[in-house]
Amino acid sequence: MNTAISETHASTAPLVHLDAVQKHFGKLQALKGASLSISAGECLGLVGHNGAGKSTLVKIINGRLPPTLGTISYRGMSHSYTADDNAEQAHTTGIRSVFQELSLCPNLTVLENYRVPFRDMPRRSWRRVAGARVMQSLDTIFPGHAIQARDTVENLSIAERQMVEIAIAFSSRTHPARLMILDEPTSSLDAAIARQLLDYIKTFCRAGGSVIFISHMLGEIFDVASRIIVMKDGLITDDRPTADFNRQSLVDAMGHVIPEGEAVAQSGTRIPGERVLSTDSGLNARKHEIVGLAGLAGHGQTRALASFYLESTSRWQGSRNSRVVFVAGDRARDGLMPLWSILQNLSLKTLIEFGTRFFIDRQQEQQLAADWKQKIGIRTDDLDSPILSLSGGNQQKVLFARALASSAPIVVMDDPMRGVDVGTKKDVYAMIQQEAAKGRTFLWYSTETDEILECDRVFVFRDGQISAELIGDDITEENILTASFGMKENAA
Amino acid sequence: MNMSRDHFRILLPVLSLVVLLAGVFYLQPRAMSYFGLNLLFNLAVPVALATIAQMMIIMVNDIDLSIGTFVSFCACVTATFVQETPLLGYLILLMSIGAYAGIGALIHYRNLPAIVVTLGTSFVWGGLAILILPSPGGSSPEWLHAIMKSKPPLVPMAIIASVIIGVLTHLLIKRSSFGVLLRGVGGNDRTLSRAGWSVLKLKASAYGLAGLFGVLSGMALIGLTTSADANIALRYTLLSIAGVILGGGEFTGGRVSPIGAVIGALTLTLAASFLSFLKLSPDWQIGSQGAILILVLAARLAFAKREAQQ
Amino acid sequence: MSDPTTPVLTRQTRNPVSLFKKPWIWAYVAAGAAFLGTMAISGGQGAGSLFYTAMTFASFAAIVGVGQMLVITLGPGNVDLSIPSSMTLAATLALKVMNSEPGMVLIGLATALLVGLGCGIFNFSLIILLRIPPIIATLSSSFIFQSLAIWSNRGLRIKPPESMSQFVTGGVLGIPNVALVGIAIAMAAWVALERGIAGRWILAIGQNMRAASFSGVPVNTVRFAVYVSCAVLASIAGFLLANFSGGAALNMGAEYMLMSIAVVVIGGSSIGGGNSNVPGIWGASLFMFLVVSMLNSYGLGAGVRLIMTGIIIVAVVSLASKPGELR
Repeated sequence: MNTAISETHASTAPLVHLDAVQKHFGKLQALKGASLSISAGECLGLVGHNGAGKSTLVKIINGRLPPTLGTISYRGMSHSYTADDNAEQAHTTGIRSVFQELSLCPNLTVLENYRVPFRDMPRRSWRRVAGARVMQSLDTIFPGHAIQARDTVENLSIAERQMVEIAIAFSSRTHPARLMILDEPTSSLDAAIARQLLDYIKTFCRAGGSVIFISHMLGEIFDVASRIIVMKDGLITDDRPTADFNRQSLVDAMGHVIPEGEAVAQSGTRIPGERVLSTDSGLNARKHEIVGLAGLAGHGQTRALASFYLESTSRWQGSRNSRVVFVAGDRARDGLMPLWSILQNLSLKTLIEFGTRFFIDRQQEQQLAADWKQKIGIRTDDLDSPILSLSGGNQQKVLFARALASSAPIVVMDDPMRGVDVGTKKDVYAMIQQEAAKGRTFLWYSTETDEILECDRVFVFRDGQISAELIGDDITEENILTASFGMKENAA
Repeated sequence: MNMSRDHFRILLPVLSLVVLLAGVFYLQPRAMSYFGLNLLFNLAVPVALATIAQMMIIMVNDIDLSIGTFVSFCACVTATFVQETPLLGYLILLMSIGAYAGIGALIHYRNLPAIVVTLGTSFVWGGLAILILPSPGGSSPEWLHAIMKSKPPLVPMAIIASVIIGVLTHLLIKRSSFGVLLRGVGGNDRTLSRAGWSVLKLKASAYGLAGLFGVLSGMALIGLTTSADANIALRYTLLSIAGVILGGGEFTGGRVSPIGAVIGALTLTLAASFLSFLKLSPDWQIGSQGAILILVLAARLAFAKREAQQ
Repeated sequence: MSDPTTPVLTRQTRNPVSLFKKPWIWAYVAAGAAFLGTMAISGGQGAGSLFYTAMTFASFAAIVGVGQMLVITLGPGNVDLSIPSSMTLAATLALKVMNSEPGMVLIGLATALLVGLGCGIFNFSLIILLRIPPIIATLSSSFIFQSLAIWSNRGLRIKPPESMSQFVTGGVLGIPNVALVGIAIAMAAWVALERGIAGRWILAIGQNMRAASFSGVPVNTVRFAVYVSCAVLASIAGFLLANFSGGAALNMGAEYMLMSIAVVVIGGSSIGGGNSNVPGIWGASLFMFLVVSMLNSYGLGAGVRLIMTGIIIVAVVSLASKPGELR
């Protein structure tokens, strides 16, 4: 495969060149001016915290987003602002991407999925050709895999789907792959298969191909990257050869998210009461307790919380004194009512608690919303304005208020601080501590370490199961990392 | 048992057809003949074609509530214009296929709910049909009648035609590289547009194909009945949806099976005959179709549950 | 209990959803235009009787429309295709039970309601127990209801009791009795949706069922209640219609399948769910009848009328929805 990679030395111009590229989404500046060149044979490691602008940057490189300001050129050729042009140029340049969200069609077979990105595929006996090529690619990158070209994608495991996606991205088409953008490609692969991928990336670069490799696993970055780019707040803050970094200096370059000055460490003042819940999966919690769920994203924490919530509430009976409330983190999917006002969103859970048998007590509803607007600081002049007019952080506050307004003793929180500003976080941490002191129990899944450090007890999840339970002083970033990565980090 | 979801998807419709057929033969052994089969599956061809048309729409995650009136309209055109002034007749049919493609494009372009738009167009097709044939009448073009009523050796026409329809659409939808794109629209249209395909064109093509099969269904129907009326195929809307689902298709995700859809249509046609052989009163014919539909879907659920446990 | 009179208008206008100019008003404007269009031909003669007939026929559409609206509000994929057969079955059995005897009217009505209840329960059990998509579930059950109706009817045409015929054709102060029933039903639905907890729950499920169940909404009960209400409303409409037209015909409900969906859409409810619009149902029902009578009075035949109706429906949805809106 990679038949045409040998030709890369023909041109000395960089594959892609960005000059002071900016990208704005409304008022939000996702990218504040990035300049970058990528040449053949380079493997770039791209690191940075969530929201640093990594995915915006690569989406501009592959032409899916047009830059707001600045220029981008491919192979030294002229540049353009329109998305279609950039996408087309990126396509003919041989830029291909694998993103975290799977972009396969689940209803198609492996070889049929190969056909989708291959726009000018020859029609004659295409199934045989496509099958052969996609299998060749799979065999080269993941020797020993068990995937068949005729398998339907939805019947494959998550890891196998990711493998297929990677293999299709690397497979040969009219325009050979010259620059591969891999966004957390190993997140759903086990250690051995991740190893195969990393080895292949090195082979690919040695043969003249280029790679942009995004990963949170620094070991992998050090393993494959020839150059590391660090992003922070929409800027490229560091761009040096890998040899100039060591683990510590890279972590320092990325910067801590929030230097946690005075952790609201009141956990000592609360004495946990009797056990109020325990699940089949091994989760348990006591009164007054804040229990954290940690581990890498997508390792079963959300599912554990959702199934606990759904098992302990009825889909048939509305209850005035429910036992559990849920604070959604994926707001659009699990929380918001997009057509409603702030008021209606806020009162949904508690309608039945203060209403008469059939009717809503509208005065109570207004009162409740006004109280919580004060209490949790929802920034709005009018509670009747649409929920979607609020910023993400304020929407999240409404969801907090919806849950905390009820009298339920157990509060389940599914990584609720995504996209919430620092100030709000502080307020909410304090509120959680208060409520716990009053007798509530919190089950708190978070992807951010400083939130996990707020907890009294932590369950670390790996591969859908609890891999460790940490208590008190054992709750440290290091212990959590060890338990979440397990073997994988060592292998990398 | 090591059975993939796809195999199972086609097995169930086959199984239900076989069970029904066995029941028919048991009750009425004389049906096990050329003549008997011909009678049993007589009206299956237009239903199968309409079901394929519906399948094209369901394939792209939409649903077509107008297929019944559209087939009626095409039947009326066939029985009048095609019979009297063939050129004009074919032109009208061609334009109606274009209109179908246009509706698909409109639905995608404005992001409209297909169920409502096709509801609206069903009124339009119905109105046009009434304009063409205010009272039952018209007649079948000779050649069409001859084909539909022909008696090939060994196997009845209805069965040969059904097999041809199934195989051809299978090749088009399941085997061709274009079919992959059409099903891809149902599976993950964002991926297709990212890869540089025009989902608008693909969706219009799917609707255009539905229009084509709707036209064929109307023509086949006229070949069989020889005269038309404006309400001749109203039942087809519901029958075609039922046929697609019976045949293992799903409402979302581009999961359709052309061969399954044809078998589903045959099963629905046979269900009516089966019950008349059961000496069950004709009152129950429609109801039994509903019951069979429910039974098959219940069986599908049971299979799916077992599969999930494995 | 809340006071149903005062803050209605202020809330309506302040509510972000109905803020964009009350979508239901257009149904009434269109109905008014169709009314005037008809009058233009007759030179103003027969305005009263046209109004009376329009109110009568619109009420049947409005009653089933309210039911269909509740179902559609539950979100994408929810639609009740069994309305016509539920209507027919309820009417057939009710007329049979009444057997033209005046004393049996209440028992007949009770029969119709029970049939509706049964149909709704059957529909929802298919949806929840067999996990059949609502479209196909209500479709298959409609086949069964239809057969039951054929079987129980046996081609007989039983006349409704005299008192009942008088009631459904009569009126009070120029408003037909059936319209009063239809208005009462619409008001009840409106109060439930705007003021009731159940109404909020229905709207929540329609916007985001997953989020609704995470917010303590008893989603199954609410959906159950909605499907049952829809079938019961269909049975009421069927009962009234059969008494009005002097007997239950097997195809009496046929046009109401499309009609029920059409009035929901034209009335300004979102086909994508989560946003319903009760006043619009009546406006759209009036409009659907008046446009037919207008086209009639211009001497246009059934064909043109149907074509116009279809074009209106497509035009309304095309204009009402923006690209990228939630489906």
